[in-house]
Amino acid sequence: MSLSSQPEFADATRISAGRRILQRLHIDLPLLVGLLLLAAAGLFILYSAGDENLDLVIRQGLRLALAFAVMFVIAQLSPSTIQFWSPWLFGIGLLMLVAVLIGGEIGKGAQRWLDLGVLRFQPSEIMKLAVPMMLAWYLAEAPLPPNRVRIFIAAVILLIPTLLIAKQPDLGTALLIASASIFVLWLAGLGFRLIATVFTLFAAVTPVVWIYLLHDYQRRRVLTFLNPDIDPLGAGYHIRQSKIAIGSGGMYGKGWLNGTQSHLDFLPERSTDFIFAVFSEEFGFLGLLILLGLYLFVVWRGLYISAQAQDTFCRLLAGSITLTFFVYIFVNMGMVSGLLPVVGVPLPLLSYGGTSIVTLLAGFGILMSIQTHRKLIST
Amino acid sequence: MAKLNGLALKDHIREYHIFTQRLVIAAVITGLLVVTLVARMVYLQLINQDHFATLSENNRVNILPIPPIRGLIYDRNGILLAQNLPSFSLELIPEHIDDFDWTIEELRKLIPLTDEDVARYHKYRRKKRRFEGVTLRYRLTDEEVSRIAVNQYRLPGVEIRAELARQYPLGKLAVHAVGYVSRINEDELRKLDASDYAGTSFIGKVGVEQYYEDILHGTVGYQQVETNAAGRILNVLERTLPVPGKNLYLNLDMQLQSVAKKAFGDNNGALVALDPNNGAVLAFVSVPSFDPNLFANGLDSKTYKQLRDSPDRPLFNRALRGQYPPGSTIKPFIGLAGLELGVVNPAKPLNCPGWYTLKNDPRRYRDWKKQGHGETDLTKAIVQSCDVYFYDLSLNLGIDRMHQFLSNFGLGQRTGIDLNGEAAGLLPSSEWKRRARGTVWYPGETLIAGIGQGFMLATPLQLASITATMGEYGRRFRPQLLYAIQDADEKNHQVLKPQSNTPVPVVRKSDWQTVIEAMQSVISSPRGTAHRLSYNLPFTAAGKTGTAQVFGIKQDEEYDEKEVSKKLRDHALFIVFAPVEAPRIAIAVIVENGGHGGSVAGPIARKVLDAYLLKATPP
Repeated sequence: MSLSSQPEFADATRISAGRRILQRLHIDLPLLVGLLLLAAAGLFILYSAGDENLDLVIRQGLRLALAFAVMFVIAQLSPSTIQFWSPWLFGIGLLMLVAVLIGGEIGKGAQRWLDLGVLRFQPSEIMKLAVPMMLAWYLAEAPLPPNRVRIFIAAVILLIPTLLIAKQPDLGTALLIASASIFVLWLAGLGFRLIATVFTLFAAVTPVVWIYLLHDYQRRRVLTFLNPDIDPLGAGYHIRQSKIAIGSGGMYGKGWLNGTQSHLDFLPERSTDFIFAVFSEEFGFLGLLILLGLYLFVVWRGLYISAQAQDTFCRLLAGSITLTFFVYIFVNMGMVSGLLPVVGVPLPLLSYGGTSIVTLLAGFGILMSIQTHRKLIST
Repeated sequence: MAKLNGLALKDHIREYHIFTQRLVIAAVITGLLVVTLVARMVYLQLINQDHFATLSENNRVNILPIPPIRGLIYDRNGILLAQNLPSFSLELIPEHIDDFDWTIEELRKLIPLTDEDVARYHKYRRKKRRFEGVTLRYRLTDEEVSRIAVNQYRLPGVEIRAELARQYPLGKLAVHAVGYVSRINEDELRKLDASDYAGTSFIGKVGVEQYYEDILHGTVGYQQVETNAAGRILNVLERTLPVPGKNLYLNLDMQLQSVAKKAFGDNNGALVALDPNNGAVLAFVSVPSFDPNLFANGLDSKTYKQLRDSPDRPLFNRALRGQYPPGSTIKPFIGLAGLELGVVNPAKPLNCPGWYTLKNDPRRYRDWKKQGHGETDLTKAIVQSCDVYFYDLSLNLGIDRMHQFLSNFGLGQRTGIDLNGEAAGLLPSSEWKRRARGTVWYPGETLIAGIGQGFMLATPLQLASITATMGEYGRRFRPQLLYAIQDADEKNHQVLKPQSNTPVPVVRKSDWQTVIEAMQSVISSPRGTAHRLSYNLPFTAAGKTGTAQVFGIKQDEEYDEKEVSKKLRDHALFIVFAPVEAPRIAIAVIVENGGHGGSVAGPIARKVLDAYLLKATPP
């Protein structure tokens, strides 16, 4: 790479001994500390949310251990390796998505899992990383900001997997992948005028779709989605109960294991998507500030890493991964506190279960790789 | 990336500036969103803490579903087939029961409770929230209700709930068409929209009740209620009324249905009557039948076993799912195939000695008439049901052309009637045999197929449908039970349009006429197999008798109806449509183990024809 000529990265000699070891292990200490603290908080609150079921906590602990291991392995790869494999990963992911769709067609009903005998996983999980990787790879090929042709092709790269996943149907994941991709485009310098045009177009098309293309029941579903109060026995009940949980937590919370909303069975999905309500009920506003602080620390570190990154691919990818991480947090907290409609988005590192934790930490593995391989190339 | 020249380097710096600019904007937006979140939390946790703390302290504002009222079902003349009557059930509210076993013990002193009831309670308990009532027993008698009411003050968490339960005023009469509702089982619970069925414990299981579940069910309503510490409702805060299900009017004519059912006497069998002009199902009988109220009330496993294991199989819907060899009733259709494909000359007779042989095959294919029919043309072959004539005709047609032609009538396919679980029958072909049996098709099997025996199978519904098609010169309609849908307020109603299918492509009208005239002679000619129907017949009718062998008779073996035990006797079949000039009704009858078609099945059809065509005022 010929980027070494830049003066601002030529400070490799000032690294202390301890940092050198971490450097060699390709670990970014601030990021690791932030993530570990969050994971620990997650296990703690899960014990309470899961009715003091230790098995549940152990299972989640093992899952976290696996996810951190994946993170370390990925951090060992150099960014150029990751860059090289990006289109391949994207291609494989796309093939698997199609396979799932065909398999699902045969098996009737929604199917998101691909069964490889030993291993069962959702290809849409891979795509959460593969799509932004592919876009970063593609856009980094030519000078930025991208010209119209490149933007068009990028839109196609974005839309194909998103639509395939939306068809599964897994709208939540599709939206997350779309937003991760849009972040890449945004960071690459997508023109403001184009952004405004797309927005206007959306605003113009929506009423037409609403009036002419949607069935009555589809409209009802969208309305329930936007305003859960319409369905007080389903989504409306969730939001009402989780608002009571959060609100009754007050400044200091009811204390660990003392949340009545969760322990008296009022709060549904409390160990998965709605775990934030349990946290807020038991630890109150102060607890929330600490938790939010931890999350923001991780986000800040991610943004710092992307600003420090040495080439376009790394910058775009690191920025997109970090911003998507924030989107998770915002959407989940917004949904549980009744600011946003109910979409099935977990709170990263706190919500129970899911292969999504592995994907999430794999993303942080990429961040660590970008950060820790930096000095090596610049010497 | 590796090939950066001077210009690209400048671009690189520019790229870096764009990126940092974008990153800063993103960071600012992130910050704003965080502020929004924190503000929301301040609003919930600090400003409104008291409000929510009270709510959580007395989390007794509950949302209760109000189940919609199920739509009613009528016949075409407005006779009520399914209604809703008030019924009382016993519910427990888990939240308010401290000692479950004690409660059950106390209740057992008042009313009978089976272990099944308790087990079911536990099963449903898991699916509900703590403050929601779970039913322990359905259909309390008035006496049981009063016994519990008197003791209710000392049984916290025990409630009597009034609800509407399904009732079928005509009982057995149309159960195989109307079907019944029964308690929602676990499988169904998983598939249903949980909100929509939150207050409903019954669902259509078979028949029209199942097929039109969506229309009959309606949409759930709900109320937000405030309750006191004991769970009693103090105050209704908000109420959204349910949308009742819509009423259904069926094409069935209950008078006709009842005539048909009575005509069967003690026999088992099925009868389907259709309106050839639109496919309306006028009568849909399968006997023996059963009382749907048993299922709606919840029957115990012993009664159910009895019904299920009865040798007469009352639960089996013969009209829809019974697959019988069509026997000689298929002959007019084979004859039509011969005419259309030019295989047969209607004027050219064939000698019937009472048996038929294939080349290089010593086996004799016998005619039902041992001494033979002598010189026989197509008309005579249909009128007297000569087997030998049709052996020869079907051999000339070949099984695959036969298959092709009869497919046009819809044999071997579901008719698409508005009921689930319809059987498709079987229309064999050489390709089918290779696929299903793994062997080649033998010419002898073609002969047998030509008289509606062997592999060929049809349901009574299919036979009625092809008979209607014959009467209409090939016009085909999908059989339809539903006549109209009426809004619950009984103001507006929507009449369903007839659903037509691809007509049978027979080119010459004269071919239809030849066959229909022969079918008419089956009844009118003194030699016809159904001549006894012509007695005092005030309208014209065209029909065909049939006999379906239940078990094979060996070559040269005599068949004596009296000696063969009833279970092994042949099935009697009869198809008919009338009046011939402008058909208004087409009927297929099958009487299981009834012997010969003309003598047993024919009279049943005649009674239905009379009841329908001689009625003073047509609907």
